[in-house]
Amino acid sequence: MTSKRMSGIQVLARCFGYLRPYRRITIAAYLALIAVNVVTLTIPQFIRWIVDHGIGRQDAGLVKTSVLGLLVLALIKGIISYFQGCWTETASQNVACDLRNAIHGQLARLSFSYHDRSETGQLLTRAIQDVERIRFITGRAFLRIADGVVLAIGTTLMLLLINPLLAILAMSTMPLLVWRAMSLGQRLRPMSLVIQKQLGKLTTRLEQNLRGVRIVKAFAQEDAEIARFARENRRWFSLSALTARLQAFNGPQIDLIANLGTVIVIGYGGYLVISRVLTLGELVAFATYLGQLTVPVRRLGNIVPAVALAVTAGERVFEILDAICEVKDLPGASPLPAVRGEVCFEQVSFGYTHGHRILQELSFCVEPGQIIALLGTTGSGKSTIINLIPRFYDPTVGRVLIDGHDIRQVTLASLRDQVGTVLQETTLFATTIRENILFGKPGAGEAEMIAAARAAQAHDFICEMPLGYETVVGERGVTLSGGQKQRVAIARTLLRDPRILILDDATASVDTATEQLIQIALESLMAGRTCFVIAQRLSTLRKADRIFILDRGQIVAQGKHDELILSCGLYADLYQQQAKVSAL
Amino acid sequence: MSFSIGSAGSAMGPRSVMQDFGREAGGQAFNARIFRRLLGFLTPHWPRMLAALILMLISSMLALTTPYLIKIAIDEHIVAGNADALFYTAMLMALVFVALYATTAVQQYLLSFVGLRILTSLRARLFQHLQVLPVSYHHAHIVGVTISRVIGDVAVINDLLSSGVATIIGDTVVLAGIVLVMLSLNVQLALSAFAVLPLMLLATWLFSRRARIAFRQTRQRLAAVVGGLAEDISGIRVIQAFAREGVSATRFEEVNRANRDANIDAMSLSFIFLPTVDFLGILATAIVLWAGGLAVARGDMTLGTVVAFLAYVSRFFQPIQDLSQMYTMMQSAIAGGERVLEMLDTRPEIYDEPAAIDMPSIAGRVELRQISFSYQPDAPVLHDVNLVIEAGQTVALVGPTGAGKTTIANLVARLYDVTAGAVIIDGLDVRLVTQRSLRRQMGLVPQDPFLFTGSIADNIRFSAPEISMQKVEEAARAANAHDFISALPKGYATRILEGGVNLSLGQRQLICIARAILANPRILILDEATASVDTLTEGLIQEALQKLLVGRTAIVVAHRLSTIRNADQICVVQAGGIIERGTHDELLENGGLYRELYQRQ
Repeated sequence: MTSKRMSGIQVLARCFGYLRPYRRITIAAYLALIAVNVVTLTIPQFIRWIVDHGIGRQDAGLVKTSVLGLLVLALIKGIISYFQGCWTETASQNVACDLRNAIHGQLARLSFSYHDRSETGQLLTRAIQDVERIRFITGRAFLRIADGVVLAIGTTLMLLLINPLLAILAMSTMPLLVWRAMSLGQRLRPMSLVIQKQLGKLTTRLEQNLRGVRIVKAFAQEDAEIARFARENRRWFSLSALTARLQAFNGPQIDLIANLGTVIVIGYGGYLVISRVLTLGELVAFATYLGQLTVPVRRLGNIVPAVALAVTAGERVFEILDAICEVKDLPGASPLPAVRGEVCFEQVSFGYTHGHRILQELSFCVEPGQIIALLGTTGSGKSTIINLIPRFYDPTVGRVLIDGHDIRQVTLASLRDQVGTVLQETTLFATTIRENILFGKPGAGEAEMIAAARAAQAHDFICEMPLGYETVVGERGVTLSGGQKQRVAIARTLLRDPRILILDDATASVDTATEQLIQIALESLMAGRTCFVIAQRLSTLRKADRIFILDRGQIVAQGKHDELILSCGLYADLYQQQAKVSAL
Repeated sequence: MSFSIGSAGSAMGPRSVMQDFGREAGGQAFNARIFRRLLGFLTPHWPRMLAALILMLISSMLALTTPYLIKIAIDEHIVAGNADALFYTAMLMALVFVALYATTAVQQYLLSFVGLRILTSLRARLFQHLQVLPVSYHHAHIVGVTISRVIGDVAVINDLLSSGVATIIGDTVVLAGIVLVMLSLNVQLALSAFAVLPLMLLATWLFSRRARIAFRQTRQRLAAVVGGLAEDISGIRVIQAFAREGVSATRFEEVNRANRDANIDAMSLSFIFLPTVDFLGILATAIVLWAGGLAVARGDMTLGTVVAFLAYVSRFFQPIQDLSQMYTMMQSAIAGGERVLEMLDTRPEIYDEPAAIDMPSIAGRVELRQISFSYQPDAPVLHDVNLVIEAGQTVALVGPTGAGKTTIANLVARLYDVTAGAVIIDGLDVRLVTQRSLRRQMGLVPQDPFLFTGSIADNIRFSAPEISMQKVEEAARAANAHDFISALPKGYATRILEGGVNLSLGQRQLICIARAILANPRILILDEATASVDTLTEGLIQEALQKLLVGRTAIVVAHRLSTIRNADQICVVQAGGIIERGTHDELLENGGLYRELYQRQ
């Protein structure tokens, strides 16, 4: 949030800064641009030469040589244009690539608190669409602007050289042209954004209707749905029709203005020729120059809005890149030595937002190898406690110590390498099962990986698949059931062999046999490690070395199951409720 | 960056990139039948189309006049030194340009307008048709694909019908006009300028073939970047927990680089093509100058003719470029059109009989009489199932996944039609009544607590959008949802995000129950949720469900046994049939599958 207010120029400058590694080809491209423009400006002069000296004086030899010269010039122009295009494209594509890598790297670094606040769709839009806009401006767009400016200046000079008065007259339409082109762009841009947004709404209506088709039918709401869709559809139509009118009546205006310029040239220029002030060839060249100028000017009208768009895109991209990483290695952080497994909280308080405290001066110490069950209602602070141990968040006040080391003083990688987590929403990656398991420990051998899968009760079902460990899971592959996913995730963590384990023992409802398999897998996972378990199962509660009962961010009672069931009314209640639900 | 009407655009963000993945322009041969049917969409708009065409012809003529006027100005006035005539010709040119502007603008507007009309009505028709199609259709079609039909394909058709057809006609006319004028000015010079044409066609053909492949490649590579990034963002917690930022960065850099290279490759093609076209244009100019210049030198031709020729030649190539692009556009429009028409042609399997009557007020007796059902012809899901549910009773269906529990529930709501037998409610076969009157008296609480984006209030009053807030609150209170809703900063006005992600699973279930309560159905279908929610919320849900069941006929698809102990009848469904039925106590006593299931849990 530091660089919140950069000016538009600063944002653009920063965007162009990404061209620095590619400055050689960029400079080459702009030099090529000047070369192309010189050729472009020479060609009408050539045509004039041919008309005046070749055709006019009926010199066939001159016509032949100059036409050949014209072709050579055109060829040179083509070749330079090709290189110019390739260089710009290479530079700007590299800018996009570097920006996307930077965004990806930054997102991987940013702590959970950032990801809690952000939406995937938003981040994707920035990394794809906004980066594309920046790419466009650092590449072709700016080149075209430069092109237009160079050509306009060159043409003006040429025209002035031929005949100053006619030049001024002919160019008098230019400001009008530029103004119309820009103002059309300025009016169309916001409207097209509104239309795109409306199309987005229309799409959402449709998508919602399709996803909820059973509900729509079951509640007989088809007509209401049609009416809702029709409303958005009509709105889209009237917005689009308005824009279409704007475009239809303003777009051709630019041509009209340019054409009227030609009329002036022919009318007044013709008069000058009659008065012998101008040659016929000069007049033709004049008309050609003027014609050459309209295309870049019209293009400029389209590109200027792109600059404004790139500024907003840049702001949004840099907002990600400049986001402050709340959890990061302190300077001079040392690696955490091999962990025994003692975990202590010292007067830890924590709030996700300012003012609202989730944990209140929490203190406890857990011996290596103990299983701690956390029990409490939603919002009591269970998940916050487990998120503080691998330093997904830092405590607002107080310290978390592992084997006596303040975890803020050690490197994140060395800490997280020794803390394993198995969360309720199991995330697997869209790749092979093998790679998903090896994610826990990329260098692990085949035997080691299979052993982990066996212990996680996953080996059998994996082997039953035609491709075994090479089966690709996820969107483009096989869909695993909730229970299977969970076991692969357990295998992944087992392979990692963490000293401290954080675990949510909930399972999506699965059949009884699977349930038992998961139970076995969890037990082998917990064996011999310090475990923090968000307990959803009675078996976990009964087995735990200590149960923490949490209420509003504090441990209100703790002890073993046998003690608590007698001494703690709240525990007895919670236990009963849990029993009722799971005894279905 | 140019604005285009009706194209799907980037409003849908990266998702549309993903959906475009795999969708191709289709190398199908030109399908005249489809094309004719698509042209049929233009019929209602024929006066406007006709006007646009006439204007287009006029504007094409006008556009062709101006180089000729320049020729006259040069040859007859400037060379002859007639300043007055020159002035009048210049004024005439100005008038022609103004007329050109007016005809172009009006014609462009008419075409866009017709196109937008067609687009809007086609989308509305598709949406209506989708409402008529039964659940089975929606089951078999991926949502993203259907969306790309209604949004994307329709836009492509529109491009073809409005601007496409007009451009084809207009360009052909312009081209023919230029050819004629050039030929009439000077046959030899015209023919020598046309010599460039085959080269141009060859270049275009070579380019478009390669470009299609190259740009398809870029789309796929971009989809991979989007996919990779999306996956890493959603898995960011795992990546961080396992401290694997480096691995994922390497993986991403790879797809990212591939995307960059594919883009550079594809663009390089255009960087060859565009200068080539440029060069060919200048080549044509050079030919005119050469041949024309020599002719003028010989005194066979006037200078004005050469200048006019130069102007015509520069106008000659644009329509050719446009037309070659048109071909690609036609191909994709025909492919899109085929898909859209196919959707419109799909006959709903479930429809109201012409003689269907409105379902009278339901008392609630439901009878399944010897019903069989299969989704696919040779894979029966249910066979010969008989079941009677008296009005006001609760029947629970239990059994393993895939046994047919949900199918039975779907058949009662007539979301599918039975293959054999009959579903009879209050003595009426459900196929003899209108779907709307039947379902208005039914309610559904789905397994996956689906909520629409929109406010919480709108979701609760889904079945009666006009109902008062007071009723909404009552329903929410009865569903135990009022407390958590009013604790939200915006209360009932809280907007539900896509997928309901801003509410917990349990909260979503409570809202679904409130929605069913407000609908006050006579028959309730309750598909129990499978995912686990925290203990406290679970208690609230159970309590709310018990309230909802009172006084209604209810069919409960049970995944856990806690809700159903009080059911009037429990049916154990296995392999497409009911193998045990009775109350909880009876079934336990009988010692069948039910007892086994119960004890295992």
